[in-house]
Amino acid sequence: MIFWRAIAAAALLATNSALLAGEIPPDERRSGYSFMGPDSRAMQDDDTSNPGMLFVLDGEALWTKKTGSAEKACADCHGDARSSMKGVAARYPALDKTLARPVTLDQRINLCRGNHQKATPLSYESRDLLALSAFVAHQSRGVPITAGGDPELKPFLEQGRDLFMQREGQLNLACANCHDHNFDKRLAGAPITQAQPTGYPLYRLEWQTLGSIERRLRSCMTGVRAQAYDYGSPELVALELYLMSRARGLPMETPAVRP
Amino acid sequence: MARTSLHIATLVAATLASGAEAQDLVPYRITGDGIGQSLTGAPGDTARGRALVLARTTTCILCHSGPFPETRFQGDLAPDLRGTGNRWSASQLRLRLVDAARFNPQTIMPSYYRNGGLVRVGRNFVGKPILSAAEIEDIVAFLATLRD
Ligand code: HEC
Ligand code: HEC
Repeated sequence: MIFWRAIAAAALLATNSALLAGEIPPDERRSGYSFMGPDSRAMQDDDTSNPGMLFVLDGEALWTKKTGSAEKACADCHGDARSSMKGVAARYPALDKTLARPVTLDQRINLCRGNHQKATPLSYESRDLLALSAFVAHQSRGVPITAGGDPELKPFLEQGRDLFMQREGQLNLACANCHDHNFDKRLAGAPITQAQPTGYPLYRLEWQTLGSIERRLRSCMTGVRAQAYDYGSPELVALELYLMSRARGLPMETPAVRP
Repeated sequence: MARTSLHIATLVAATLASGAEAQDLVPYRITGDGIGQSLTGAPGDTARGRALVLARTTTCILCHSGPFPETRFQGDLAPDLRGTGNRWSASQLRLRLVDAARFNPQTIMPSYYRNGGLVRVGRNFVGKPILSAAEIEDIVAFLATLRD
């Protein structure tokens, strides 16, 4: 026992002096794109070879399709997405005044379905939800990310940052251990990126399909043998908000391709 | 802020471990900068140790590389394991595997023989150390053979 207390005291002294390296300075932030090989880049750059574009096309069809008991299409309220949705994804997750908390683009789509279309919510990672959010986010391709600026989001942003720095799981690793302190290194041969959320939803070759950022975060959590948060949970929304604010200024890429 | 909470978490973990450890883990004694006695009371098996180090589920090779020509996809987040046996004694290696944080409280290397005081451990892993005492001994025996 005495022995253990001595260790704890020693750990305290050591940690006070050996502080972690800071966050990545704004001008050194790089999209996952810059870590990829030429083949994956070419696949993302060419719309005819980017498999994510099939989802964008599906989303475009859903945009004008009347649904729910209100028999309204997204387009009936929002018109031409090319103008009305430009830049929208770049500022999500955004504050919902009624709910008094940030909501993700996926959640916004389901709020619109429930409140305005009187339709049932689409489930997370369903083809239709991915297609709609890919279509909406695609309208922001090239637009710099601005999310997280609203002062009312501050507590949620801080929660996200704390979660990013928190060690967790049986392997006891924080997101920051890999994505702030070890990007550009290799984990089992694969490059570790800065975890910039620029391209979601995106096509992952490993998944053989489009996936949301929540799917990605959950697989990183599972990787460190932590209990992943549920889809749509406040923790995943806070993490996404922090990641988006951390990526401020980087251009949106949806639908990106990643290995 | 975040930094402080991380330190507190580490500290709480270190304190809690003493309570939890007594229940499920083989007791061990740290002397100097190592654990002198085998956790199982017997020497480990070097061949099994090598296989364990190379197994992805053991996780070593995700971060480390080493003299393993047959294995692609090694990591470079951590020192190459070549020559480990020259640099470290079996006693030091045992403590490093059991709890690498004793050498460096900020290390990213997981503590392989610890069963509590961690945050949000996945359902299938709660209360279990990453490796068993016998697996630790096999790996220690193997690492000690890695000489230049
Ligand atoms: C042990 C290392 C490790 C930890 C810890 C980790 N990740 Fe990852 N993460 C990876 C690897 C490897 C990839 C796939 C390659 C890449 O994009 O970095 C990845 C990918 C990502 C991506 C995709 C980036 C892109 O370009 O699409 C995001 C976002 C991300 N991680 C966020 C997180 C968050 C948030 C956490 C904590 C909950 C976390 N990661 C914890 C290793 C890790
Ligand atoms: C998440 C990353 C990670 C994993 C997984 C990991 N290590 Fe390490 N290891 C490190 C780092 C980083 C160091 C450097 C010193 C430190 O931080 O404590 C290290 C140091 C070492 C050293 C001392 C190296 C030297 O010569 O100074 C040995 C031996 C070692 N690890 C063995 C192992 C074994 C065996 C495993 C698996 C059972 C393992 N490590 C798993 C990150 C890791």
